[in-house]
Amino acid sequence: MAFKRFLALLSTRNKEFIRDRSSLGWNIFMPVLIVAGFAFAFSGNIGEKFKVGVVNQTTATSQSKQFLELKYIDFYSVEKTETAITRVQRHQVDMLLNAETQQYWINTESPNGYLVEKILSGLESSNFEKQTVSGKQIRYLDWVIPGILSMNMMFSAMFGVGFVIVRYRKNGMLKRLKATPITAFEYLSAQVVSRFILIMMITAFVFYSTNIFVDFVMRGSHLNLFLVFALGALSMISLSLIIAARVTSEETAGGLLNLFSWPMMFLSGVWFSLEGATPMMQLIAEFLPLTHVTAAARAVMIDGADLITISYHLLVLVGQSFVFLLLGSWLFKWD
Amino acid sequence: MTTVLLQIKNLVKHYPSVKAVNGIDITLNTGICFGLLGPNGAGKTTTVEILEGINQATSGVVLYKGKALDDQFRKEAGIMFQSTALQDYITVRETLQMFADFYPRQANLEKLIKRCNLTQYLDQDNRQLSGGQRQRLLLAIALVNDPDIIFLDEPTTGLDPQARQNFWDLINDIKADGKTIVLTTHYMDEAYTLCDEIAIMDHGKIIAQGAPKALLEAHFNNVVLRLPETEISNLAALPFTTNKRKGHIEITTCDVNKVVSTLIKNNISLAQLQIRTRTLDDLFLELTGKELRA
Repeated sequence: MAFKRFLALLSTRNKEFIRDRSSLGWNIFMPVLIVAGFAFAFSGNIGEKFKVGVVNQTTATSQSKQFLELKYIDFYSVEKTETAITRVQRHQVDMLLNAETQQYWINTESPNGYLVEKILSGLESSNFEKQTVSGKQIRYLDWVIPGILSMNMMFSAMFGVGFVIVRYRKNGMLKRLKATPITAFEYLSAQVVSRFILIMMITAFVFYSTNIFVDFVMRGSHLNLFLVFALGALSMISLSLIIAARVTSEETAGGLLNLFSWPMMFLSGVWFSLEGATPMMQLIAEFLPLTHVTAAARAVMIDGADLITISYHLLVLVGQSFVFLLLGSWLFKWD
Repeated sequence: MTTVLLQIKNLVKHYPSVKAVNGIDITLNTGICFGLLGPNGAGKTTTVEILEGINQATSGVVLYKGKALDDQFRKEAGIMFQSTALQDYITVRETLQMFADFYPRQANLEKLIKRCNLTQYLDQDNRQLSGGQRQRLLLAIALVNDPDIIFLDEPTTGLDPQARQNFWDLINDIKADGKTIVLTTHYMDEAYTLCDEIAIMDHGKIIAQGAPKALLEAHFNNVVLRLPETEISNLAALPFTTNKRKGHIEITTCDVNKVVSTLIKNNISLAQLQIRTRTLDDLFLELTGKELRA
């Protein structure tokens, strides 16, 4: 690869993107607006009911049954105690009750937990064993932000590279480049690197600027998160190269890009957890790069996960990038 | 010393539904301007695209400096396509610099900018260029690697007469540097003015080839007299073969004096009489039986 030729393409593509203010503005401010919208939507006291997770609901003692019959408390059955305790730590559940052993867990920092405990202790001849946990509240907003950042990256990668290549092919720019000593590898590398740099800069901007007014949870290492997003961006840009490899019409390209990006947006666990999804949906999600970026980013930001904990997701992203890049280069046609 | 720069032997290009190029042979010497002429669909753009290395022939041989087209050819060829989009939001200067950076050998950019009259547009966005400015930029891009061979595919299509004349001056300037030019056009006057040698294509074949003047001399020894149709009321009375063409009556003759005196005898006004020598348009009509720009 001739580095000078690669740099010439890279520099021109960067200038083209940065000077296209409407596109740049859309890429930067759209995710900020989405986050702001969510912050506004979930800022009120929604879910007035108290939420209590219940283990062993079917074998509940008579005292537990008395508690479970109370009105205006949302009881739901829980299978794994450990998972439910984490939800108490994050304030997603106000209390966890083992209805058989009469043990309960509350978060000492949760006002709702305090009130539910008062209700429990008010029962006649109450004999429940208290377990305490602590932890900062995890709002839906905190949970959804890693997904929104990843989703924005996906749209920027898919449309920013795929669409541009198809447009260049259609208007003859690629044909003109083919007549120069530029190789397909040099051209595609410049497109990938250019979009990669821009995505990382924009994601960093969106991350820090939204944090100013939303103050979301970030428990892990920024460096680990950077690595997650870097591999995520690379895999999704590579995916767009496959879509753009041969298509000559912008309409077809738009359709194909939507065909890939919209299902990814809904099946990758951006908006809701995949834990309760059907096995088929979970299997499909496993093949989507957005699933792994979102899961890894969420683990870093909410759980403070280290690289070993998220290594599975990182390895999948590396593998996908490699396969997508290889396929994209192999299928690529100038005209 | 004249040497062969580009050679085509029995070139064939078949698409599923059409035989675009059907066995042509061309030999191009260094320093000439070679014109490939023909109507739309004649196969000239396909031929040139094969010569440029961006289209694959079905069969046949294309040799540049005695070798098959390779990386060296890409480095030494300058190409101006019929229509090329330029990147939006990029200035003329940046576009030229980007293309220059693709090549190991570069022309002196300042001289090139001056030659193509782009100095005052250097910091202008590509989107803001007029048709003529844009064509000059595309020509400058084709020259940015100081090429040995330059392909110009219908470079003046869509330009106004003045911009066209300016473009011809530029091409003559490049010719003066001894560069080899391959020009495709359907403007016969353009080919006649610029080309040292032409090949006329129709239905994927070359139907005539040679120096424009020599071709005309070989096919014609007469001139054409034209009069508006409205001036001749009794056409049948004239003792010549006549042709109706675009509202005019045309009389082809080797003896102008005889025709003129006959017209006077028949009381036909000569106020709007035109006499023209035969052109490449006539040659094409003669060879194919149809207008070139049909």
